[in-house]
Amino acid sequence: MSEDHHDHKPTGIGRWLFSTNHKDIGTMYLWFSFIMLFIGGGMAMIIRAELYQPGMQLVEPDFFNQMTTLHGLIMVFGVIMPAFVGFANWLVPMMIGAPDMALPRMNNMSFWILPFAFGTLISTLFMEGSAPNFGWTFYAPLSTTYGPASTDYFIFGVHLMGISSIMGSINVIVTILNMRAPGMTLMKMPIFVWTWLITAFLLIAVMPVLAGVVTMMLTDRNFGTSFFEASGGGDPVMFQHVFWFFGHPEVYIMILPSFGIISQIIPTFARKKLFGYSSMVYATASIAILSFIVWAHHMYTVGMPLAGELFFMLATMLIAVPTGVKVFNWTATMWKGSLTFETPMLFSVAFIILFTIGGFSGLMMSITPIDFQYHDTYFIVAHFHYVLVTGALFAIFAGAYYWLPKWTGNMYDETLGKVHFWISLVSVNVLFFPMHFLGLAGMPRRIPDYALQFTDFNQMASIGAFVFGGIQLLFLFIVIKCIRGGEKATDRVWEGAEGLEFEQLPSPAPFHSFTDAPQVK
Amino acid sequence: MSTNDGYYIPEPSKWPIIASLTLFVTVFGAVNTIHGTSIGMPILMIGLISVLAMMYGWFSTVVAESPSYNGQVDVSFRMGMMWFILSEVMFFAAFFGALFYARVLVMPWLGGAGNNAMTHEVLWPAFEAVWPVLANPDNAKFVAPKEAMGAWGLPAINTLLLLTSSVTLTIAHHALRKGERSKLNLWMIVTLVLGVSFLVLQVMEYVHAYGEMGLTLASGIYGSTFFMLTGFHGFHVTIGGIMIAVMLVRCLKGHFTADNHFAFEAAAWYWHFVDVVWLGLFIFVYIL
Amino acid sequence: MSVLLRTFKVLSLMFVSTELFAAAQMDLTPGVTAISQEVYELHTLILWICVIIGAGVFGVIFYSMFAHRKSKGAVAANFHDNMTVEVLWTVIPFLILIGMAIPAAKTLIKMESPADDAEVTIKITGYQWKWNYDYMHEGFSFFSNLAQSNRDVINSKNPKDREGINYLLDVDNRMVLPVGKKVRFLMTSNDVIHSWWIPAFAVKKDAIPGYINEAHTTVPKVGVYRGQCAELCGKDHGFMPIVVEVKSEADYAAWVAEKKGAAMAAAASDSKVWSQDELMAKGEAVYNASCAACHGPTGDGVPGVFPAMKGSAIATGNLAAHLDIVINGSKVNPAMAAYGAQMSDADLAAVITYERNAFGNNTGDAVQPADVKAARK
Ligand code: HEA
Ligand code: HEA
Ligand code: HEC
Ligand code: CUA
Ligand SMILES: [Cu+2]
Repeated sequence: MSEDHHDHKPTGIGRWLFSTNHKDIGTMYLWFSFIMLFIGGGMAMIIRAELYQPGMQLVEPDFFNQMTTLHGLIMVFGVIMPAFVGFANWLVPMMIGAPDMALPRMNNMSFWILPFAFGTLISTLFMEGSAPNFGWTFYAPLSTTYGPASTDYFIFGVHLMGISSIMGSINVIVTILNMRAPGMTLMKMPIFVWTWLITAFLLIAVMPVLAGVVTMMLTDRNFGTSFFEASGGGDPVMFQHVFWFFGHPEVYIMILPSFGIISQIIPTFARKKLFGYSSMVYATASIAILSFIVWAHHMYTVGMPLAGELFFMLATMLIAVPTGVKVFNWTATMWKGSLTFETPMLFSVAFIILFTIGGFSGLMMSITPIDFQYHDTYFIVAHFHYVLVTGALFAIFAGAYYWLPKWTGNMYDETLGKVHFWISLVSVNVLFFPMHFLGLAGMPRRIPDYALQFTDFNQMASIGAFVFGGIQLLFLFIVIKCIRGGEKATDRVWEGAEGLEFEQLPSPAPFHSFTDAPQVK
Repeated sequence: MSTNDGYYIPEPSKWPIIASLTLFVTVFGAVNTIHGTSIGMPILMIGLISVLAMMYGWFSTVVAESPSYNGQVDVSFRMGMMWFILSEVMFFAAFFGALFYARVLVMPWLGGAGNNAMTHEVLWPAFEAVWPVLANPDNAKFVAPKEAMGAWGLPAINTLLLLTSSVTLTIAHHALRKGERSKLNLWMIVTLVLGVSFLVLQVMEYVHAYGEMGLTLASGIYGSTFFMLTGFHGFHVTIGGIMIAVMLVRCLKGHFTADNHFAFEAAAWYWHFVDVVWLGLFIFVYIL
Repeated sequence: MSVLLRTFKVLSLMFVSTELFAAAQMDLTPGVTAISQEVYELHTLILWICVIIGAGVFGVIFYSMFAHRKSKGAVAANFHDNMTVEVLWTVIPFLILIGMAIPAAKTLIKMESPADDAEVTIKITGYQWKWNYDYMHEGFSFFSNLAQSNRDVINSKNPKDREGINYLLDVDNRMVLPVGKKVRFLMTSNDVIHSWWIPAFAVKKDAIPGYINEAHTTVPKVGVYRGQCAELCGKDHGFMPIVVEVKSEADYAAWVAEKKGAAMAAAASDSKVWSQDELMAKGEAVYNASCAACHGPTGDGVPGVFPAMKGSAIATGNLAAHLDIVINGSKVNPAMAAYGAQMSDADLAAVITYERNAFGNNTGDAVQPADVKAARK
């Protein structure tokens, strides 16, 4: 069945339920992620409220563990990943000059699995017994022999998420490899497209491994296998190896698209071409390849043989090199530019600096002998919030401000955007910087209560958290306001913007991006 | 809808969301079955049947639309299938990884090698590190099998069956490309028969394992890896078999032309993939 | 390395004193052992390398933010490639990393050296949520729980209550070590993974069920050292501290003798007949230390997760069933462990008596160690 009308949008609820449109699906991904941010963030607020003072104040220890676990899972799988898929949906076709994603129906299915998956996960909170309470890393045997009954729901929820991610990434890869406009060679693609191509590859390679490890959990729990039990010839540490074989690439899955976003934004506001395009591409690829051989840096204390510890230490340290290349390239792009600081640029510059701080603490933890001291303390909590919140989440904010005018046709409120930025910037550092000190001073992570000497910094962190959480409501407001109206955006939107989506499409972008393939010079 | 210059974009469709729903119902039924609630099995059955119905519906739509697809869509489908198979490879990689880890590292460690001398001495003094494991560290909790699964009986026959079936499928494919209908149908039938025989023999092997040999999922790491690897492989053969069967029907109905038969090729790739996994299994699970 | 280190120390003092940071609980502890000090120096070295690189990179960023802004009339240059600098900023970080890796590898090799020459060997077993210390060559072992003084004030609304008692860092029975002797730890677990950590020794090793990990230390200074379980191990992961008391050789010997005597006394108490009051008193202590974590200090349990003792069918019903579940553990839920393997007959008798008479379960039973012995089979 084929018809020939262009900007005809399906209407009503069916537009969303049955969508085959990359923009609509992208929008649903982004809103889904936004809702999850509030749920996962709300859980973080409970964590911070309990940790405001020593002593058990508000919640039971077991509930605290459930909050930590669900917070981690929701933020990772429900916020950051879907947000990036949303960006990919919106932008990849526009950036490579395609009308839509290559497999639009599968695209819709990857989205619609998510509400079911997270519905399952969150519903465990209301089940008898306990929701998953073993950390987002669900180490055996705490999650197998000792896991609550709801663990099986969690396992199947993870299976669903995995199916969704794999389909989503197949779609991205096929779109990029098969749908590029004539003349859009690989080495002309915007960096965002490159980073997603590589990210999608990582996803296809590791999500099935996650599915495998939760399947082993399932059979260990219910069908008598002994993958993770020494008495049957298995090993609990094997769980960690398989998990982190997925888990480490997973953290780069959460950062590579951010690198892509930042690499789009910095040149625009520096009014200067991205420095070292090809080295950016190679660096991204190197990070991805290295990410497969460093997983055991999460496991230095499990008692690996010395050779293993040395190998994983050296491999991990190496990742600093390509990541450094990226940081230096961004810096060089700004150098001698003609800089302006609209909100997307502010978030991007903050990203570079704060992500680098998180990278430094990562590098410190990669050094095995000193990681014995850092491991499982708040130093690590500080590290990964710097790379995830001021890294991935800030990049998402930056990207949202940057492309909102293109998406909606309206400019967002620049003043409010700046308020959002500055309050976020200050509070997020008040929130996470003291955690470095807490960790160094010896405060373990995943504890609902702490010794008295940790009080001051915990209070600081909690106050920062409440402010940072609260100010995100402003972001919600800004987004809604921008969707509903505002100053009309020009087609170019930003003075220095480049790329097909700005040069060849109107704002807002039409329902089907390119019905005629653009010619790329 | 298709666009002026040959882009093809499918119409909105109800199948994706139905697919998500049926998956969810299946999964929900599965958990409840495991937890032994009375609604579990019925829901699981409803889920599975609706998944099949959904696939029938979705694929029928695609089949009906396929004349209007263009070359680009065809390439998208092909690439999609290839990357999907890669994800399946990685799924098996997780289990092969577990097998290698258990055999190469865990066994010696429990037997006192490397930095685990005390593990052996203090915790499992009676344990001997041999593969296949015929005495688990705690044999009261995990009862080890009486003997290990040999390679040269049924498994060897199965290897032959599956390898042959890959060849017959290729013959069928060549026939399709030359437009030799009856040859195509014949070799498809042979392929399907070989695939089904494989599964029958596999079931016989399982019966033997659970019965005389005492080799079960719960017989420790040997049984765990054995059944999870061969079990998931068998499951994939079943899926592949269904694909081959559907393709056979479509061949009989004359759906494919000599140069337009993506579905056939996808099924064939999948079948070869399953075949290659079996070779890995035969070597690492049975022979070595 | 120490030359390098001193340079960095001097440099660092120019910014702010590292000692100051340590005093304000902002930096890693240098600890007391040779290894922990080496670790601390390595940490300081790498931290300062990062700070310096950071200062450089951020300096450039801030400078261009300041100097190359459009509002100041900056016009964009149009370079976007430069082979030389790109090679440089790939190679230089690589060399810096090698410079870090060498001392790191050295320290690591020292830490992981075998400890066959150790003079004391202690097997450390993690339990949900306490530690067992088995002095393997002396022939005694004991459990170490969060101190009751700490436990009592966890839910207190008055922060003052938590002062002056080493809140969450105190235990009932400390591990005791001789000063200056090489000690070998064998870590394992009875249930889930725990991790035994004393920052001042720079020892952190996971206790993994079914495996034994090794670590070693030589503590040169008498004193009390505190740490916490460092791997999420369930509900009370935050409440299983570790306290090590390092004693002079003579004091250590006296302590060992005393512990050996106590083991003898415990054996004797297994064969005596106890009065109801004695059982209740002892039972309460055992209950609070070992059972209250799940079943609650007032016997209320956690609905849906841990059954209440108050009015429990088992605790108020057939004694044999009660003995069975406490001695052999639950068949269906591994959280209820087999306490027969952890406790003496007298402890078990006392705690069971306590459960059968406290919280309004007034069965009147007085279970004797001999009953437990009989039930053990
Ligand atoms: C987006 C996510 C993200 C990213 C990008 C990273 C990046 C890195 N991470 Fe992180 N990490 C996490 C997310 C992430 N991590 C999470 C979630 C955990 C905890 C999981 C859990 O247990 O729950 C974790 C935990 C974690 C550990 C385990 C700690 C422990 O549990 O004991 C380690 C150890 O090596 C580590 C290392 C690193 C390193 C070396 C990098 C590197 O990629 C960083 C490289 C960057 C730089 C170094 C800065 C820029 C470089 C330069 C300016 C060049 C010059 C610099 C030098 C030569 C020094 N990470
Ligand atoms: C991408 C990931 C991501 C993001 C964005 C965040 C965001 C935040 N995280 Fe998260 N965190 C993780 C990933 C992430 N985290 C992971 C993986 C873990 C490890 C889990 C584990 O140990 O297993 C973890 C663990 C973790 C801990 C340690 C828990 C422990 O070890 O016991 C803490 C403690 O402070 C914390 C706090 C926060 C806070 C305050 C935010 C804030 O940035 C959140 C801000 C957002 C909001 C608050 C939402 C928006 C606003 C509202 C809901 C309105 C209501 C507001 C108010 C009432 C003020 N996180
Ligand atoms: C780690 C948590 C935990 C600890 C510590 C614990 N228990 Fe239990 N206990 C349980 C759980 C869970 C059950 C339920 C077991 C079942 O369902 O079979 C249980 C059940 C029981 C029962 C049976 C109650 C009933 O009505 O079914 C008794 C009696 C009991 N425990 C006594 C003890 C004693 C005595 C101790 C301490 C020496 C103790 N428990 C320590 C978790 C714990
Ligand atoms: Cu034991 Cu945490
Ligand atoms: Cu990692």
